[in-house]
Amino acid sequence: MTTMTPPVSLREHVTPITAETHVVAVHWLKQGLVLALADGRVLRWRDGALIDSVEAHAGGILCATGDGERLITGGDDGRVVATGFEGEPVEIAKDPKRRWVDAITLSPSGNLAWNTGKSVQARDEKGRVRTLDAASTPQGLVFAPKGYRLAIAQMNGVSLWYPNTEAKPEFLEWKGSHLDVAWSPDGRFVVSSMQENALHGWKLGDKPGHMRMTGYPAKPRSLSWSHDGLWLASSGADGAIVWPFQGDGPQGKAPRECGVRHARVTRVAFHPGALVLAIGYDDGCILMVRLTDGSELLVRPALRGSGISAFAWDKAGKRLAFGAEDGAAGVLVLPS
Amino acid sequence: MSEKIPVTVLTGYLGAGKTTLLNRILTEDHGKKFAVIVNEFGEAGIDGDLIVGADEEIFEMNNGCICCTVRGDLIRILDGLMKRKGKFDAIIVETTGLADPAPVAQTFFVDQDVGDATRLDAVVTVTDAKWLKDRLKDAPEAKNQIAFADVIVLNKTDLVTAEELADVEAAIRAINPYAKLHKAERANVDIAALLDRKAFDLDRILDIEPDFLEAGHHHHHAEDVRSISLTIPGDVDPEKFMPWINDLTQIQGPNILRSKGILAFKNEPRRFVFQGVHMILDGDLQRDWKDGETRESRLVFIGRNLNENELRKGFEACAA
Repeated sequence: MTTMTPPVSLREHVTPITAETHVVAVHWLKQGLVLALADGRVLRWRDGALIDSVEAHAGGILCATGDGERLITGGDDGRVVATGFEGEPVEIAKDPKRRWVDAITLSPSGNLAWNTGKSVQARDEKGRVRTLDAASTPQGLVFAPKGYRLAIAQMNGVSLWYPNTEAKPEFLEWKGSHLDVAWSPDGRFVVSSMQENALHGWKLGDKPGHMRMTGYPAKPRSLSWSHDGLWLASSGADGAIVWPFQGDGPQGKAPRECGVRHARVTRVAFHPGALVLAIGYDDGCILMVRLTDGSELLVRPALRGSGISAFAWDKAGKRLAFGAEDGAAGVLVLPS
Repeated sequence: MSEKIPVTVLTGYLGAGKTTLLNRILTEDHGKKFAVIVNEFGEAGIDGDLIVGADEEIFEMNNGCICCTVRGDLIRILDGLMKRKGKFDAIIVETTGLADPAPVAQTFFVDQDVGDATRLDAVVTVTDAKWLKDRLKDAPEAKNQIAFADVIVLNKTDLVTAEELADVEAAIRAINPYAKLHKAERANVDIAALLDRKAFDLDRILDIEPDFLEAGHHHHHAEDVRSISLTIPGDVDPEKFMPWINDLTQIQGPNILRSKGILAFKNEPRRFVFQGVHMILDGDLQRDWKDGETRESRLVFIGRNLNENELRKGFEACAA
């Protein structure tokens, strides 16, 4: 960061936002911030003020992704909806049986994928939709950093699917229920979070290998890669657990533990350009930790019942948006 | 933390009247809002605020315990519902007619996130007075559902004679004499008798006397699923009892559907209570033994192919 002595607290640089209900996701569009709420609404916020709110889903929002132009949400009404900074939400897809859409992902080139029941739908940038019927419910979804290939976390492993081919997906097998999935920015590693309070990783390529990352007291449901792709931060413990992915990955190496407190980490988000990690806890506290020296800054003090449920850095890494389970939210603007 | 949301599991064999009962719970004017997790979404014709379709996706936990199966879809759905806290007061999980209630129940004890946000209130089983006896012969699922129940609704009593009714009641009692039993026509049972039972709450395990009715009590020792009650008229030694009950449930867990106990531990003024589902045991020291209350130790097992003599010998060896 800078050479000046960092302030102990960044609290005075936080602008609060009242979202009123559980914040499922926060997301930066080019024009401002959008917040996806559990009651189906999307809030739009710019320059310190709420602009308006629109109903994106009749029921609740369960998952969200997006790019600079739109927030894309999946809901318990079985719909996939895109919401821009202006205008009404636009329906992208609707499940005829109104089954939940609770996983969704978007690639940098605009490929979209979501789940309904035991199937995955992949929609390429031209709008062509392909469906994969999976043997077990698809949970986490993520596209490969390059190419049209999707990782699907399921029962007993992770499937890697090329939606544009007829080939059967490659199945990375590991017994247990796999929940969320992350793909390293260099494409070499796939990591899933598991029901058994662990992460499981696969090294892809010529010399494939397994990586077991265990010892969490809770399920590590939030994963974030550092901008250089060399570190993977995870929630699920009393501090953020950060695994080294240099060389052959974390097998046999100890992880870093950052921001250890008497609370459970619920969300982690790496800064897009520096080895700085935002850590949100179930007691409402937010810390920012510099990985190089472990120094900590307080962003938000603990607040009962206000566990952190969402994080998003803006593209430039100047602002951090957060949301909480009680409907509190806010934006931290880093002092320059 | 806010109060945990109670969850009622509604089971019953095909055609017993589960959907009728569910609709009664949802439409009756009781001022409560429910989230309902159903298995045949869109086909059952259920009215209500928050209805979620489920897939009954069962998986085995990676903890080396073969009967420790849980419902993965339920963990996912409850996680989603918890984001909408305040929109409902209670959750009802309806299972398919052929479902084993154990994975549903175990989900609440095995998954920490689920256990932190919700509590299993009771397993309610709807049975059919006319056809149950046939089902007990040809459908092991029907038997499991009775054995597992905390509350049994004996439905369609208007379709049978008084003798037939007494007979079917006796057949139920042979399997599970401890559940609360309510007779009903067209599922017209008092909703209050089904909800907020706290059947898995250790503080509510006050006695484990059978819920016998005035009707004659037949013995059906031929049943492979039945209950066994064991008593030691005094204290047990926890140093002996704890390893015994742990080993027993580890080895015989697949056959033991439910277990409960109230025990007097040597030199311990408080009662030790526990309840279990297959291998999963939950136990704690509860209130003091009262003056005038007989310090005795009692266990109840409901299960399949249980060896009563072996269980009795094992338990009696734990006497202090």
